[in-house]
Amino acid sequence: MWEYTEKVKNAFLHPQNVGDIADADAVGEVGSIVCGDALKLFLKIDKETGKITDARFQTFGCASAIASSSALTEMVKGKTLEEALNITNRDIADFLGGLPDQKMHCSVMGREALEAAIANYRGEAFTAEPKEKVVCKCFDVTEDKIRKVAIENHLTTVDEITNYTKAGGGCGECRSEINDILTALWSVKKPIMQTKPKKLTNLQKIALVQDIIETEIRPGLQADNGDLELIDVEGNKVIVELRGMCTGCLMSDVTLGRIQEKLRELVSGDIVVETER
Amino acid sequence: MKVIYLDNNATTQISSEVLLEMLPFLSDYYGNPSSMHTFGGQLHRKIEEAREMVASLIGASPEEIIFTSCGTESDNTAIMSAVESFPRKKHVITTRVEHPAVLNFCHHLARKGYRVTYLPVNNLGQLNIDLLLKTIDEDTALVSIMYANNETGVIFPIKEISQLLSERGVLFHTDAVQAVGKIPIDLKSLPVDMLSISGHKLHAPKGIGVLYVRKGTRFAPYIIGGHQENGRRAGTENIASIIGLGKACQLANNNREKEVLYLTALRDKLENALLKCCPDVRVNGDANNRLPNTTNISFEYVEGEAILLRLNEYNICASSGSACTSGSLEPSHVLRAMGVPFTAVHGSIRFSLSRYNTDEEINKVIEIMPSIIKELRQLSPFGREKLSCPSS
Repeated sequence: MWEYTEKVKNAFLHPQNVGDIADADAVGEVGSIVCGDALKLFLKIDKETGKITDARFQTFGCASAIASSSALTEMVKGKTLEEALNITNRDIADFLGGLPDQKMHCSVMGREALEAAIANYRGEAFTAEPKEKVVCKCFDVTEDKIRKVAIENHLTTVDEITNYTKAGGGCGECRSEINDILTALWSVKKPIMQTKPKKLTNLQKIALVQDIIETEIRPGLQADNGDLELIDVEGNKVIVELRGMCTGCLMSDVTLGRIQEKLRELVSGDIVVETER
Repeated sequence: MKVIYLDNNATTQISSEVLLEMLPFLSDYYGNPSSMHTFGGQLHRKIEEAREMVASLIGASPEEIIFTSCGTESDNTAIMSAVESFPRKKHVITTRVEHPAVLNFCHHLARKGYRVTYLPVNNLGQLNIDLLLKTIDEDTALVSIMYANNETGVIFPIKEISQLLSERGVLFHTDAVQAVGKIPIDLKSLPVDMLSISGHKLHAPKGIGVLYVRKGTRFAPYIIGGHQENGRRAGTENIASIIGLGKACQLANNNREKEVLYLTALRDKLENALLKCCPDVRVNGDANNRLPNTTNISFEYVEGEAILLRLNEYNICASSGSACTSGSLEPSHVLRAMGVPFTAVHGSIRFSLSRYNTDEEINKVIEIMPSIIKELRQLSPFGREKLSCPSS
């Protein structure tokens, strides 16, 4: 049972500004039904003054997602676009008298929908560019978003990032990567020694693949009660078998993709990871 | 406002008859049954009476009943006993849809170096028996498969499984926490080696469980100390709760046939009404083969926590497999193992009934639920073309 404030409960039970605006000047859409929450924000904007004259929303999600959406529409009405863009996710949470830590991502979703709508009004593309790196594949969270939310909310741990962005809350495989992002963000950068040898012999390659699977890949899988066994290495083909909870997991293709990416990064750019069958 | 409690797979109310039986043992009769004096020693007889009532409900002999503190302890004890009794065998088989009491204990074994096979289920939540048989090898110390699933109510073919395993000489444990008291179980014709029961799922108090261990099964105790329970489970007996569980088993035994019919009728009424008046709704699990009291329904385009909190406003209690209710971001492992689409998992609601639910209560839910779904769908950006609820 979540400890919601009276304001959250009230905004959930009696949300304000529900629905769409048929002739909206701006529409912002974030999240997806697969991730468990999604928000579509409609704005009416006065062209002369640049002020938001009306705001409405449609939300799929839990009580705090609906409450955050309602709060957002109340907060932006009457503001200019510049003023509206100053609203942070923290402001949305404060408007509701606070949100449980694990629900902060609902306020982040509100802030993102606002950005998306204003970008839409200004004719900018808000969607992540394809070259932007997706860190959390379960919830489609980019490195940029993790950095941005970490800076705005002074987040220093992976769990906090999960609470605010959901990243790392699915299969958990990207948790060490998120940790690296946070370490890089909050500490003075040191140059990293490039240790990857130019050309590997077959023996070196197998040893390196074994080493990386043991130290970099299996601990992450085991933390999620899965596991992996290295079956064979044939040229550039690395043949593995997923074990434990990974067997038959809906996300197993994503898992294999991540393993391949890791091996390409640390061993050789042309590695292909396959399962036996 | 009176609470309408439809979350009986989570826990149940203590029946008044059970409470009445228990009270003297929480006040006047506080002795220790291990004592030499009559004041304490006389309680031993009461424990044995309760043991007989439990045994009688499941067709066991009293000496096959070990009282524990809960279903989780029974599950942990069974698995631990199996691997301790066969130290050379390093393989355990279970399913992907077990309760965490079994699943997480198997994860724990896997981290200690055991090989664990998690059997998959199909879209209806059913097991593939051939796959189970193929997975067994000489290294298999135990197969642990639940009797009925807590989230969907789907019943596994425990009779068939236990017979096949018994022919092959493989030790078999079943977590029957959701099944005992709800459906008939007769261990005389069911070659199960170990079986777990939880008191608070059948109108006894929390903090009492049972592990059935068939005569002749190798057993290693999990909690070690005094000689209680014939040296199989140490710790001074929880007398009041043991007596309460005995009474609860007696009540379940006396009323079971009537109760199955009553619960099935009430559950079907609720389910059919909701399917009829809300579009884009599906039942999760094998509708023809499940507990009489359980229905798990997915409402597309809306999220489970939101539904539960709206129901909460009417003092209606249910539960959901949605990620937002689990405290993690991962939705129900049971529904995901069944391949239920994420969109439907997020909007899944489980209603689980008991003998204390009334027709009036179900009518109330049937009256309120469609409007809650309709309102939340009006809030949702998805499925907007399907807002109409024909009969609401």
